[in-house]
Amino acid sequence: MTKLAPVLSAHWDEKDSFTIAAYTRHGGYKASAKALAMEPDAVIQLVKDSGLRGRGGAGFPTGMKWGFIPQGDEKDHYLVVNADESEPGTCKDTPLLMANPHVLIEGCIIACHAIRAKQAFIYIRGEVTHVVRRVNQAIEDAYKAGHLGKGIDIVLHVGAGAYICGEETALLDSLEGFRGQPRLRPPFPAIAGLYARPTVVNNVESIASVPAIIANGAEWYQGMGTEKSKGTTLYSLSGHVTNPGQFEAPLGITLREILELSGGVRAGHKLKFWTPGGSSTPLFTDAHLDTPLDYEGVSAAGSMLGTKALQIFDETTCVVRAVLRWTEFYKHESCGKCTPCREGTWWLVQILRDLENGVGTEDDLAKLLDLCDNIMGRSFCALGDGATSPITSSIQYFRDEYIAHLTNGGCPFDPVKSTLFSGANA
Amino acid sequence: MTTTQENPTAQAVELITVVIDGFEVSVPKGTLVIRAAEKLGIQIPRFCDHPLLDPVGACRQCLVDIEINGRAFPKPQASCTIPVEPNMIVKTQLTSAVAEKAQRGVMELLLVNHPLDCPVCDKGGECPLQNQAMSTGNGETRFEGVKRTFEKPVAISSQVLLDRERCVLCARCTRFSEQIANDPFITLNERGALQQVGIYENQPFESYFSGNTVQICPVGALTGATYRFRARPFDLVSTPSACEHCASGCDMRTDVRRGKTLRRLAGDDAAVNEEWNCDKGRWAFKYVTAVDRLTTPLVRGADGVLAPASWPEALAAAAAGLKGKRAAVLVGGRATTEDAYGYSKFARIALGTNDIDFRARVTTDEERDFLAAKVVGSTTTYRDIDVADHVVLVGFEPEEESPIVFLRINKQVRKRALKVSAVATKLSIGVDKLKAEFIKVAPGAESAAVAALSLTAKSIILVGERASESTGLLSVVAQLSDKSGAKIAWIPRRAGERGALEAGALGALLPGGRPVADAAARVDISTLWGVPSLPVNPGRTTSEIVEALNSGSLDAVVVGGVDPLDMANSVEVLAALKKSFVISLEIAPSAVTELADVVLPVAAITEKSGSFLNWEGRPRAFDSAVSDSLNRSDLRILSAVADQMGESIMLGTVTQAAREIASLGKWDGARANFASVTAPGAQKISGNEALLNSWRRLLDLGTMQKGEANLAGTARKSVAVISPKRAESLGVKDGDILRVSNGHGAISLPALVEDIHDDAVWVPRNSFGTQTLISLNAAHGDVVTVVKA
Repeated sequence: MTKLAPVLSAHWDEKDSFTIAAYTRHGGYKASAKALAMEPDAVIQLVKDSGLRGRGGAGFPTGMKWGFIPQGDEKDHYLVVNADESEPGTCKDTPLLMANPHVLIEGCIIACHAIRAKQAFIYIRGEVTHVVRRVNQAIEDAYKAGHLGKGIDIVLHVGAGAYICGEETALLDSLEGFRGQPRLRPPFPAIAGLYARPTVVNNVESIASVPAIIANGAEWYQGMGTEKSKGTTLYSLSGHVTNPGQFEAPLGITLREILELSGGVRAGHKLKFWTPGGSSTPLFTDAHLDTPLDYEGVSAAGSMLGTKALQIFDETTCVVRAVLRWTEFYKHESCGKCTPCREGTWWLVQILRDLENGVGTEDDLAKLLDLCDNIMGRSFCALGDGATSPITSSIQYFRDEYIAHLTNGGCPFDPVKSTLFSGANA
Repeated sequence: MTTTQENPTAQAVELITVVIDGFEVSVPKGTLVIRAAEKLGIQIPRFCDHPLLDPVGACRQCLVDIEINGRAFPKPQASCTIPVEPNMIVKTQLTSAVAEKAQRGVMELLLVNHPLDCPVCDKGGECPLQNQAMSTGNGETRFEGVKRTFEKPVAISSQVLLDRERCVLCARCTRFSEQIANDPFITLNERGALQQVGIYENQPFESYFSGNTVQICPVGALTGATYRFRARPFDLVSTPSACEHCASGCDMRTDVRRGKTLRRLAGDDAAVNEEWNCDKGRWAFKYVTAVDRLTTPLVRGADGVLAPASWPEALAAAAAGLKGKRAAVLVGGRATTEDAYGYSKFARIALGTNDIDFRARVTTDEERDFLAAKVVGSTTTYRDIDVADHVVLVGFEPEEESPIVFLRINKQVRKRALKVSAVATKLSIGVDKLKAEFIKVAPGAESAAVAALSLTAKSIILVGERASESTGLLSVVAQLSDKSGAKIAWIPRRAGERGALEAGALGALLPGGRPVADAAARVDISTLWGVPSLPVNPGRTTSEIVEALNSGSLDAVVVGGVDPLDMANSVEVLAALKKSFVISLEIAPSAVTELADVVLPVAAITEKSGSFLNWEGRPRAFDSAVSDSLNRSDLRILSAVADQMGESIMLGTVTQAAREIASLGKWDGARANFASVTAPGAQKISGNEALLNSWRRLLDLGTMQKGEANLAGTARKSVAVISPKRAESLGVKDGDILRVSNGHGAISLPALVEDIHDDAVWVPRNSFGTQTLISLNAAHGDVVTVVKA
C-alpha cells in the first residue's frame, strides 16, 4: 500500500508556511546556495539523474529540457514558469503557491543558474488575484533577503485569463505583449523562445520540485516513484469525494489507494467515472481504480497522467451533461487559430446539446466520433486534441447512456442529485 | 533598346530529393513540402499558405502523411510548414487515406461557419474555397446547427469591406500587411469561431497596399468597395496589361465587361512586382471613362472659340499651324515607349528640330546630361536591390513615388536587415518603415551628405526625379558611383519617362541613347528613318522651350500628356502656351486645352496597345483591354499630322513603331560626357523663413485618380511639417494652421511637428487642399515664410 509522501506539501499545515521565515526554518534557500556553488552543467546533470519529469502534463524530462539550451551562445536566456493553471479540474499550482511560494522562487534561482539565465518570468493566470498577491510578496521578501537581485531576477506577469496561454508558445506570445496564440514549431523555445532567445518553459510544480532534489540528491528522488516516473507529485482530488484536496504521493499510486487515504467517494455513492489528469485526458471508470497513476501506467490504460487532476464523479452524474459542459469550455477557450479546434468545438457543442436534450439519432454518435477523429491530431496545438478526449472516452464507456437520452427524449438524470446541496431541501 | 537580364547567380544550391506519392523530386534545401509537391504537379489544397508569406499552418487544409528515415509522424502534418528533408516520403491525399480523410474533415469544418452566399459573393466563380470545396469537400453537409453571424459588411477603410461571416481566418491579409507592406493596421482579434479580422480603434486600414489583401483573400471576406456586387468573374474578359501609374512596372490584369473596365488586379511577375501592386495601380482607372473625356477633335476658329471639328479638318489645321513654323515638342512622362518614339521622330522629321523634352517638371541641363551619360541603356534591376549591401535613397521616397521598389527594399530589410540610408530633409513614413538611416539635410544641401557616403560595388543608389531639384546633386551621385563602383538606378515617378528617354524624346539624344552631337549616331538613325539628314543642333530642355516660346524664338508647340500645373514655373508655362500655336494631344481637358489651337483626343491606356519601360528599362507590354472607337495611339495621330505636312514619319500603328524600335539595335559608340556641376548648397534664411521641401504622395489630385472617391479616402492627410524647434519658436502644436507663403502666394495647412530639418518646411505637392507648385510657383529649396495662421 503506497503511502502519502509529502515533500512539496510537507509543511503546508503550518500556519505561516507561506512566509520566508517558515521556509527558511525548514531549510529553505539552502538548496539554491548549494546549487549556485555548483557548475551549471552539474546542476542539469543532477536534475537529469533524478528523473524529474514535467508536471504540466506532457511529462517531458526536465533536465533534458534544460540541456537543450545552447550554452556559450552569448545570448540572453530566459526561464519562464507556467503558472497559467487553467485546465478544468486542475488545482495544484494555486494551493502550492498559496502555501509555499518560496519553493518556486528557490527553484527559479536554481533553474536560472543551470540554464545560465539572469531573468525568470512567472506567468500567473489573471483570475487568481490572491495567488498573485502572495507570490508578489514572496518575491519582494526574497529580494529583501538577498536571494534575488544578485544576478537572478524574477518578474511576475499576470495573464488575462485565457486557457490557450497555458500552451507554452502561446504563453510566450502573451508574455511578449501579443495575443496568445500558439507559435509554429520549430523553432522550439529552447532555441528561439521569449523575445526569440533560448527559453525554458516549465510548470510551477516542476520547478518547485527542484530545491528538494538539489538538497537531498538524485538518488533520494529516484527512490520514490516507479521505474520511469520518479519522485512524488501532487494529486488533486476533487468532485464527489469526502475529502477533496491535494494528496502528495509517489508517482504510481492508484486511485483506489488515494481514495482510501482520503476518505473515499462521498458517502452513499459509488464511483462512476473520473479524469486522471484534467478534462483533456480521456475519462476512466471504476475499472481503472488500480491503474498506477504514473506517466506510463495511465498512458497504457488509454489516457494521460496530465496534471493529475483527479475529478471524481459518482453515479448521480450524467456523463453527457459533464462532457457538454467541458466542451462548452473548449469552445469558449479555443483561440481560433486553426480550423479543426475553432470550428470543431463550435459544432461539437451543438451536437452534444441536442443529444443532451434527446434530439437526434444514434447516427449522431457516429457523426460525433467521426468529427472527433477529424479534430484529433489535425489541430495546430494539443488543445484541439484535448477537446475530443472527454467525448470519445465517454462514448467508449457510456454509449448506452447517450442512447438513453435519445430514447428518453432528454436527460434521464436529475441534475440536482449530483450537487452538494442535493437533499438539503428534501 | 535595353533588355534586362536576370543575373544567373551561379551559387550552388543544395538539392534534396524526396518522394511524394511515389515520385521522386529534387528541390532546393528549405523548400516546403507543399511547394515540392507543386513541382510534381500534385496540388495539395490550401488556404493560409501563400508562397510569399511566412508559413502559419493555421487552416490545416494541406495535411499529408510524412515519414522520414522510415519513421512516420504519428499524425498528418501541414505540408505548408514543413521543409523537405533527406529520406522524406510524403503521401498526399492521392496515396494516403488518412491524409485524404484529414483534408475532407478540415474542409467540412471550414464550411461549418461559412455562409452559402456564393451566388451573391464577388468571389464566387474564382474562389479557392468554392473550388476546393468541389475538389475536397463532400457533396452534402452534415452540419445542421446554427452558423455564426456578423453584421456585414464592415468597412475597414473607404476601399476595403470585410464580411466576417465569410472569413476562414487564414491570416493571409494580416500577414501581408505586417510582412509585405509593413503596415500592421489589421489584426485578428477575439477568440474561437468569433475570431475576426479587425482594425485598431480609430485607425482604419489606410495602407497604400491594402488592395492586395482583397486579391489574396481565399474567400470573399475582403472585397473592394468599388467593385463589390458589380460583376461575376465569369462575365469578365481579362487582358494582361501593365500599370501606367508609375515607373515600378507592375504586371497587371485588366478585367472588362461589355467594353467597360471593372477592375484591375496585380499580375504575377517574380522579377518585378512579384504578386503585388499598390492601391493606385489597382483602383485608379475611372479616369478612362470619365464624363469629361475628349471624344472629338477641337479646332479654335477665327472667332477664337474652340469648336468640335472632324478629324480631316483638325489634322489639316494642325499641319497648317506647324508647317514652316519654329516648333517644339513637349511630351509628358505618361506616353508609352512607342508614342514617345512617335513624338521623337515627329520632332526630328516633321518639325526638323531636336527641341523635344519628356520632362514635365523641374528640369536642368545637369539632369539631361546625367540621363544621357548614366541612365540611358543602364541595366540596374530589382535583383540588384535583392543582393545589395547598402541602398541609398537620394531625392526619392519609394513608398510614395515607386511603391513596388518600396516593397522590394522592405522585403530585404525584413529578410536580412538590408542597410538603407535616406538623404532627405524630412523623415517620411516610408523611410521610417524601412528602418533607414535618416541623413537629415537642409533642402539644397543634399550634395555634401551624398559625397560623404562610403559605398561599395555592391551598393546601389536609387535616385529619384526630384534629385534634379538640387543643383549639383546628380553630379555628386555620379562621382560617388564612379568612386565606389556602386550602381545607379534612376527612378522617375511616371511610367513613360524611361521609355521616352530611350526613345530619344530628349534634346540631346536620338532613339537608343544615341547622342545627337555624334555624327555616326545621326547617320544610324537617318538611315533607319530613310531621311537624308537629321537636325544637328542639340535641342532645348523643357524650361528652355518655355523660355523660347515666351521670347518669341519659337512659334509653335506640340503638347502631349503634359499638365503645366505639374511644373514649378507653371505661370511661365501657361504664358508661353498662350502666345504660341499649340497642338494638344490629350485624353481629357486640361490647362493646355483652354490655350490650344488644335485639340486631338487620344486613346487612354486600356484602349490601346503598347509598352512602357519601367525604371529598370524592362519592357512592359500590354494589349488594348477594351475595343473602342477611340483606339488612337498618339503616334498614329502624329503620323497623320506628319502626312498632312508632307513629312511622313511612317508610324501608322503601334506594331510598326515597336518593330522599328526593335530594329534600332544598341548604340555601341561613345556615351555623352557628363560635366559635373558644383552644388551651391542651401540658401540662407532668417526669422520665419524656411526652405521649401515637398514631394508628391502616392494618392493625391493626380489626373489619373479622378473619380476614385474610395481610393482618395485612404490618402494621407495634407499637412505642413515643421521641426519641434520651429514649432516652439512659432508657438505651434500639431493641428494648428500654418501659413506658408512667398511673394507669389500662400497656402494654409494644419501643422504636424515631426522629424524634419530645422530650416525646412514640408508640404505635399498637388495634394488634397493644397496646390503647392501653383500657389507658390516655387520648388525645392526655395525660401518661403512660415507663420501661424
